[in-house]
Amino acid sequence: MNEDDKPGRPAPMQTEVTQRKPRGRLGREVQNKIGQQLRAMYDDVVNDGVPDRFVEMLRKLDEQKDEKEKGSAA
Amino acid sequence: MTLTPSLKEAMLAAVPSLRAFAISLSGNIDRADDLVQETLLRAIANIDSFQPGTNMSAWMFTILRNLFRSEYRKRRREVEDTDGSYAESLKSHPEQGSRLEFQEFRGALAKLPPDQREALILVGASGFSYEEAAHICGCAVGTIKSRVNRARTRLADLLSIEGSEDFGPDQSTRAIMAAGGRG
Repeated sequence: MNEDDKPGRPAPMQTEVTQRKPRGRLGREVQNKIGQQLRAMYDDVVNDGVPDRFVEMLRKLDEQKDEKEKGSAA
Repeated sequence: MTLTPSLKEAMLAAVPSLRAFAISLSGNIDRADDLVQETLLRAIANIDSFQPGTNMSAWMFTILRNLFRSEYRKRRREVEDTDGSYAESLKSHPEQGSRLEFQEFRGALAKLPPDQREALILVGASGFSYEEAAHICGCAVGTIKSRVNRARTRLADLLSIEGSEDFGPDQSTRAIMAAGGRG
C-alpha cells in the first residue's frame, strides 16, 4: 500500500488540477443541467402540437387556390 | 416546385418546434404565433426556392429567424429599447407560453444577448447540428460554438447552477477579480 493513499492526508494535487481547468469551460454536469432545463422548457411548447389556427389557415389557402383555378378554367 | 400535400404536411410538422423557437426568441406567445403564421405564409409563397430533399424544418427556421431579426431591428430603430423589451414582455405576460416552473429559466434566458440565445436554443433544444445552426443564422460554425459556450456559461451563472465537481473553476477568477477590485 502506498503511503499517499492513506486517508486524512492532504491531497496537494487536487488544487492544482482544479486550477488547471480551462477558464470559462463548464463541467459536464452543469452543461447537462442547463440542457435538461432548456429542453424541458422547449418541449413544454412542442407538446402543444399544431394549434388549429395553422391547420385552418392552410385549409383556407387551399380553398382559395381551388376557387381561383376553377375561375381561370371557366 | 409546387406545394404538394406532402410538403404541406412537412410544414405543419415543423410548427410545434417553430413555436417553441419563436417563444424562446420573443418571450411572448402571441408574438410567437404571429411569427409562425408569417413564416408559414412566406414558406408557401417562396416554395419555389425550397430545395427538395433538404430539411424543411431548417428552411422554415431560417425564415422565422430572419423575420424575427428584421422585426427586432425595426423595433430597435423605433424605440431605443435594447434588451429591456424582452424582459418586459415576460413581466407583463408571465403566465403566457410557459408554466411557472420554467419562469426562472426563461427569465435567465431573457438576459442573454439575442445571438447567444438563438444559438443555444437551436443547438441545445431544437436539436440542430452546429453546421445546421450556422446555416440558419448565416454565420460560421465556430461562431455558433462560441455563442453556445458563452450562453451556457452565462446561464449557469445567472441560475447559480453548480456541479459538485465544478466549485473550482471560477474561484480563481473571483480571486483575481477581488484582488483587482481592491486597487
